[in-house]
Amino acid sequence: MNILSAKNIVKKYASHTALDDVSLDIPAQSVFGLLGPNGAGKTSLIRIINQITGPDSGEIFFENEKLSSKHVEQIGYLPEERGLYKKMEVGEQALYLAQLKGMKKAEAKKKLKYWFEKFEMDAWWNKKVEELSKGMQQKVQFIVTVMHEPKLLILDEPFSGFDPINANLIKNEILNLKKQGSTILFSTHNMGSVEELCDNIALINRSKKIVDGSVKDIRKENKSNVIEIEFTGNMMGFTNSLWTYGKLGEHSVEGEICKAQIQLTPGSTSNQLLSSILSAVEIHSFKELVPSMNDIFIKKVSEGNALGTQSNFTE
Amino acid sequence: MNKILLIIKREYLSRVKKKSFILITLLGPILMVGIMIIPIWLSMQKSEKQKIEVIDESFLFTDLIPEKDIVHFDYPPITIQQARDGFFDTDYDAILWIPKNVLNGGQKGIQLLFKKQLSNASQQHIEYSLNKMLYEVMLAKNNVNIDFIKDAKEKSTIKMFTKQLDEVGNEKNTNTGLYMGIGLVAAVMIYFFIFMYGVQVMRGVMEEKTSRIVEVILSSVKPFQLMMGKIVGVALVGLTQFLLWVILSTTLYSFAAATVLKDIDMKQIQAKEQVIKIGENLDYENMGKNEEPNEMTQLWNDFKSVDMASMLLCFLFYFLAGYLMYSAMFAAIGAAVDSEADTNQFMLPITIPLIFSFGIAQTVMQDPQGSLAVWFSMIPFTSPVVMMVRLPFGVPAWEIALSMVFLILGFLFTTWLAARIYRTGILMYGKKVSWKELGKWLFYKG
Repeated sequence: MNILSAKNIVKKYASHTALDDVSLDIPAQSVFGLLGPNGAGKTSLIRIINQITGPDSGEIFFENEKLSSKHVEQIGYLPEERGLYKKMEVGEQALYLAQLKGMKKAEAKKKLKYWFEKFEMDAWWNKKVEELSKGMQQKVQFIVTVMHEPKLLILDEPFSGFDPINANLIKNEILNLKKQGSTILFSTHNMGSVEELCDNIALINRSKKIVDGSVKDIRKENKSNVIEIEFTGNMMGFTNSLWTYGKLGEHSVEGEICKAQIQLTPGSTSNQLLSSILSAVEIHSFKELVPSMNDIFIKKVSEGNALGTQSNFTE
Repeated sequence: MNKILLIIKREYLSRVKKKSFILITLLGPILMVGIMIIPIWLSMQKSEKQKIEVIDESFLFTDLIPEKDIVHFDYPPITIQQARDGFFDTDYDAILWIPKNVLNGGQKGIQLLFKKQLSNASQQHIEYSLNKMLYEVMLAKNNVNIDFIKDAKEKSTIKMFTKQLDEVGNEKNTNTGLYMGIGLVAAVMIYFFIFMYGVQVMRGVMEEKTSRIVEVILSSVKPFQLMMGKIVGVALVGLTQFLLWVILSTTLYSFAAATVLKDIDMKQIQAKEQVIKIGENLDYENMGKNEEPNEMTQLWNDFKSVDMASMLLCFLFYFLAGYLMYSAMFAAIGAAVDSEADTNQFMLPITIPLIFSFGIAQTVMQDPQGSLAVWFSMIPFTSPVVMMVRLPFGVPAWEIALSMVFLILGFLFTTWLAARIYRTGILMYGKKVSWKELGKWLFYKG
């Protein structure tokens, strides 16, 4: 079941279109990565899901119901540019924000105590926010986002500005919350965290969604069919043994060890290639080169931009 | 609805708990009462009786200068030179030297020599007494009957009473000066309150924008709720401060009156009696002052003739509605800009109507029922100030009602306008905003 579906969202500002017919499905109990370069429209989409702004056209469904103000309490939002009231005390402020999310005061207090203990920050309760360090403030912001146990957690660039220790803490909490049944939507440039955390992604570039699906599928679709082989033996004999199964790409010789990248010809399988070279050389390693999300991201975005410029020319 | 209450509560408490709020709320009444009471108290301080040695070479005044509780005169038979030489061996505070030729143009040679400056009251008493005595002597010398002069003065002094006559033929006392005073005070307060709390709303909005908490809050509530919550919260702060000022000032004043000024009234009466006694002979200077007790009662009666209860109600209405109308615009400015420095270009146009209504207040007072006064007490942007100036003079009920309706409509309009600018501006960073840009925002879809 999808916890959230966006259908044909269009959002225009005076001078440009922020979102052009974007549709998304976010499966429940998963981690969904919203990727895209700066200015692609990620924050616009996130603001629409949070009902901070409305779309010009298109609809959003939350658990198959049309998104409305009652769903606010089931969403937790950590914006990219985040802040707190500087002059307000930490505990008081967290309670206020919890109540705005529809929690009862006593309930909110209990939940906050739990989180404050967990993050070892009990002593900060009566401190003013301006007395806290940046890292401490970020912890407070994270707690404020998750304390009402939202079904959908939206984190806009959650790792930007966090120090490595806090980033790790947050990463673990994200996985924890997923285990407990929450769905997490987060936008990021950090491709490492995408591979580590995300089940599904959508890539937005120039206001349009260009790729979406599960991380596994996307990587499979984008695999390049390049195989890297390390062997000892005659390079010439090796090349001859490839037959029509593959074409030699980059290769190097270091002492006795040779290294070669083979591009499989369409229709051939890695097994065919392996059995064909088996008799020619002695193989030390044989592995398929799978593109990282980072490579896919850069490839897709530059493809899209090239297309974009082209169409601009034809106009 | 519940959420807007939460916002109001936060806005209210966070301001009321501030040290600066508590300080201003406490200091205000102390200052006000102090300004009223200290001068009275000071003037009523019993100064030490001052001893003055009179060297009267003309012998016209010897043993005749009236004594007072603050001055005592001695007339030792010595010359001025002797008095001067021995001055610091005596306990006299001053030497009053009246030269011999005082009746022949020497009156300007009268001198008062002192060790330390005499109190103002004593100096005045001496000067006044000598003046009066000389005047009488001069008249007598020229065979003028003092009684004639006194009589003529008394019968030629007029005091015009003004009364308003209504359709039913009832007379009503009016006092233009008093009405001007009341109207002006009320108008100044409204102007001051609108400005002070409007700027507080603007600052609050800017604080939320620059600290970037606003996006978190807007994921829970609508921009309009956040804006209205702030405006209403600050309005309640204003009302609290106003009411506390009224309560504290009155208690403080009655307390001060009961303790510090306890015996002042008695003294005032005594002082007046004395003045009247002196004036029995001839009192050119004090002719007006004799009327003073009557004038005070008159003023008090006029004061009571102004319907203070409805004045207060109108004041509260125009204060609240005027504030609500202006503060929505202040909120929009706060949302549109990134820093305090950028506010100036927008602040001025908004405050011009307020300043303008002050500018015409003078004209309105001269002719409170004139067309200028009527028109500007209808236009919502100027009505809070202009209507307050007009009110003490009496304004027909239908005009007040119409003006109130217009003000409410004005408030709804500016709030609608401001909300549209607010919701776009509050999420817009790093953009230098122009008037044209603001105009575009009005037509953005939510």
